[in-house]
Amino acid sequence: MTVWETVIGLEIHVRLLTCSKLFSGASTTYGAEPNSLACAVDLGLPGVLPMVNEEVFRKAVRFGLGVNAEISRCSVFDRKNYFYPDLPKGYQISQLYLPVVSKGELEINVGDGNSSKVIGITRAHLEEDAGKSLHEDFAGMSGIDLNRAGTPLLEIVSEPDMRSASEAVAYMKAMHTLVRYLEISDGNMQEGSFRCDANVSVRAQGQAEFGTRTEIKNLNSFRFVERAINHEVERQTDILENGGEVMQETRLYDSDRDETRSMRSKEEANDYRYFPDPDLLPVIIDDAYIEAVRQFMPELPNAKRNRFIQELGLSAYDAAVLTGSREIADYYEAVLAEAGEARLSANWVIVELVGALNSDGLDIRQSPVSAKRLGGLIRRIDDNTISGKIGKQIFRQMWCSEDDADTIIEARGLRQITDNSAIEDMIDKVLADSPRQVEQYRAGQKKVLGYFVGQVMRASQGRANPQQVNGILRSRLKN
Amino acid sequence: MTDLHTLSIVGLAEGLRRREYSAAELTQHFMERISKSNTLLNAVITLAEEQAAATAEQADVRIAAGDAEPLTGIPLLHKDIFCTDGIRTSCGSKMLDAFIAPYDATVVARLSAAGAVMLGKTNMDEFAMGSSNEASYYGPVRNPWDIERVPGGSSGGSAAVVAARLAPAATGSDTGGSIRQPAALCGVTGLKPTYGRISRYGMVAFASSLDQAGTLSADARDAALLLNVMAGFDQRDSTSIDHPVPDYTAILDNSLDGLKIGIAEEFFDAGLDDGVASQVQAAIRQLEVLGASIKNISLPHMKVSVATYYVVASAECSSNLSRMDGVRFGYRCENPKDPGDMYARSRSKGFGAEVKRRIMIGTYVLSAGFYDAYYLKAQRVRRVIADDFKRAFDDVDLIVGPTTPETAFTLNEKASDPIRMYLSDIYTIAANLAGLPAMSIPCGFSQGLPVGLHLIGNLFDEARLLNVAHQYQRHTDWHSRVPERFLQEIP
Amino acid sequence: MVLSGAQVRDIAWLARLQIDEADIGQYAAELSRVLELIRQMNEVDTDDVIAMAHPTDAVQRLRADKVTEVDQREKLQALAPLAESGLYLVPRVIE
Repeated sequence: MTVWETVIGLEIHVRLLTCSKLFSGASTTYGAEPNSLACAVDLGLPGVLPMVNEEVFRKAVRFGLGVNAEISRCSVFDRKNYFYPDLPKGYQISQLYLPVVSKGELEINVGDGNSSKVIGITRAHLEEDAGKSLHEDFAGMSGIDLNRAGTPLLEIVSEPDMRSASEAVAYMKAMHTLVRYLEISDGNMQEGSFRCDANVSVRAQGQAEFGTRTEIKNLNSFRFVERAINHEVERQTDILENGGEVMQETRLYDSDRDETRSMRSKEEANDYRYFPDPDLLPVIIDDAYIEAVRQFMPELPNAKRNRFIQELGLSAYDAAVLTGSREIADYYEAVLAEAGEARLSANWVIVELVGALNSDGLDIRQSPVSAKRLGGLIRRIDDNTISGKIGKQIFRQMWCSEDDADTIIEARGLRQITDNSAIEDMIDKVLADSPRQVEQYRAGQKKVLGYFVGQVMRASQGRANPQQVNGILRSRLKN
Repeated sequence: MTDLHTLSIVGLAEGLRRREYSAAELTQHFMERISKSNTLLNAVITLAEEQAAATAEQADVRIAAGDAEPLTGIPLLHKDIFCTDGIRTSCGSKMLDAFIAPYDATVVARLSAAGAVMLGKTNMDEFAMGSSNEASYYGPVRNPWDIERVPGGSSGGSAAVVAARLAPAATGSDTGGSIRQPAALCGVTGLKPTYGRISRYGMVAFASSLDQAGTLSADARDAALLLNVMAGFDQRDSTSIDHPVPDYTAILDNSLDGLKIGIAEEFFDAGLDDGVASQVQAAIRQLEVLGASIKNISLPHMKVSVATYYVVASAECSSNLSRMDGVRFGYRCENPKDPGDMYARSRSKGFGAEVKRRIMIGTYVLSAGFYDAYYLKAQRVRRVIADDFKRAFDDVDLIVGPTTPETAFTLNEKASDPIRMYLSDIYTIAANLAGLPAMSIPCGFSQGLPVGLHLIGNLFDEARLLNVAHQYQRHTDWHSRVPERFLQEIP
Repeated sequence: MVLSGAQVRDIAWLARLQIDEADIGQYAAELSRVLELIRQMNEVDTDDVIAMAHPTDAVQRLRADKVTEVDQREKLQALAPLAESGLYLVPRVIE
């Protein structure tokens, strides 16, 4: 029986964060009144001309540097000609022949998360987004909203380097993390700021040439990417196993039915007649410009992860979680700056903070406890002012108040008891009150120690230093 | 007051300053001339009476305050390719018959700011595609020298109004000769500056890499005054050039001593009418008399300029006109059943035959499998043609020849033969491909019809072109001839 | 080379122009003549010639990322053949 291999390449459309559009001074704000942000240039009225937004190139270069790519010293805008009601000019301004970024790579985690794979990036080019067609209730007509028309997109085209839907998802997630680290996009998938088309083909294992591919359009969630690719692989494999041929075509993923279906063949027959946009001139990017952008490059996720492992001694798992997004990484580093202890801080962020956020359905940016306050709490655990257990109580209190850890510790007298004589007094009392258990312990039932510790902690309202309690108990019971 | 129309802009401005008449009176005078003769010529398709009256009033205030610029109070007409805020901009097409731009073209805005008074909009070949003005939704324009003949195109309306002195000057646009060819056929002075010298913002695009705004006027001095205002960088047009704008009147009076004029044999080929040739030769002799020396040059690739042009221009127009889809503005067909039907019927009914022909050619040359053989090839040939000029300008200051192979032809003579029509721009097209500034100035008559002398300058050398034209006009009076029926007060 | 009727129909479809069947032949003939004229270009040897997209060798200027436009929907939408509730209306788009 033939073993089939899946080959996947992704085209990811990233909406770049800018105030104004790619070719006009209209605002890019999401969710405004229909067409209130569509100016004459966006509408393609007669006589108007495009003006190129500088910030778009700054962000594209930032991206190029982020994936170790070649930055084109000369890039050119081309027109992609086709008719569609939400495409105002009858062409989309894009870059075909000389894209701004080419030949880069992105490392992704695959399998158990401990092995990695490098995915090639063919190119990334700038283009303008189209508007939206709304189909509800206009007496059988569609309504066209062109607010989105002209917002800048960076289309990132990968090499066909992925071999499974889960690799495709890993790549898409890594890219999502990267563009947010780079602050070139908000990556908001609900608003369409990060969406993807998948090129999928199947071939017999060992076969050198690729199978015929289909393109699945407009996948706007990680889950849909995985499901759509798996579905498409299954469909193609069925065809091939039954001796059929896969047709090269564009397919649309229907998330409601969890299936892909062919788009109309007439659209397929389209011939985009690309040619350089004569309204625009070549954009020249020199070394000085690239260096200026490089100066403001943030640490990238992979580099940060490696640093967390090597310099901070975090586990690979913790490092991966804490670099999973720019926000959590920034939060963690701010906690660390305050607390000074890397592994304890990592544990607190991953377990306590993320747990609390999840149960309240909050994003880390909305955390009621700031990194500074959490760091202050961890510092008190680290310097033995309080125990970890008390720390958790304080954390819950901080969650509902503006107080910092020190204030709560003082107000509630939660400072850990580390005075040996005070602990000895408590221990002596507990031992005196529990002659039967002392007997048992001395008879060899060592696990009774836990009972004594519990009694002492209760007597101290959890404030006694557990290590000291343990040590003193052991020496007392020896006698 | 009755002969105001025989004055140039310079003369009219002088009278305004001396308070011999007001801007309002001047506007009234030309408005009346238009209303009396437009039925005959069909050169003006929209009048802006209210705006003109208001602008003239403001101009009079400026003049009274001593704040007048050279164009303050001067009436003008705009080719209907320039968007005018609040006044219809049809581009000669049914597609835009109801289009009222919500903005002014930069050309319009600059002339308004200088105090010029817009009287209205002139007729033109639809979307500037044509050489006879017969391809207008609003019907053909007549040549004031012979109303059975065409005025040339596509700026035929602008050339005709200046020839008949229905306005002292008009704006035009030139993609392959659309200012110079009608200027030649109507006996007026036409200037197409260097590509990018004047902003294209608000000028409905035909072929973006070739289109250039310019002027039609009675003489070169007036053209210089207009260019002073129109030229300059505009951040809204990425292809406009940020290059200093000189005072184009500054060197008008320089002598032509030492001027080196190039004569290319390719401009005097078998297709050139004898009557045109002899007037052009006489003009060249006149330039020699004025101090210029003549040098024979060669522009070996001139002959493929028409072919190259029809690839580049058609390709660009096929894309530029895609926005005419009946969605956001412009003509939409009745009861479209789906978007495809809406596009096909709106565009088929909204565009005339010549526009559709060019869209089809442009679509074909850009389509899959043909791009390299046509579009890319044309862009390469374009450089070869431009390099011919570059070499020529190493040796000469200016290239001179006929603007057109023949004088004005009769209506319908070429309307059914696109190729013959295209060839009437054979001498003008190369300057657009190379981006060079060029002019046509009146240089005599052949069988009662005006002949145009074509001057091509080096990039950004408009001042020299205007200097040569002005010196020629100081010693000839072809440019001041007006057809008899339009010379006097129109009955 | 002469264009066939089928080619004319394909071009018309791409250009979204509706051409009456009766006119296909005339279009084919006219366009073929123009293409014949265009092929004169082939006489010129253009090996090693760099394509010329613009007459001047200028480079693109970039504008600062600032919002300079204000909402002009009412004025702009007055130009539309059909608009309602701020939307441009078109015959139903089938995706």
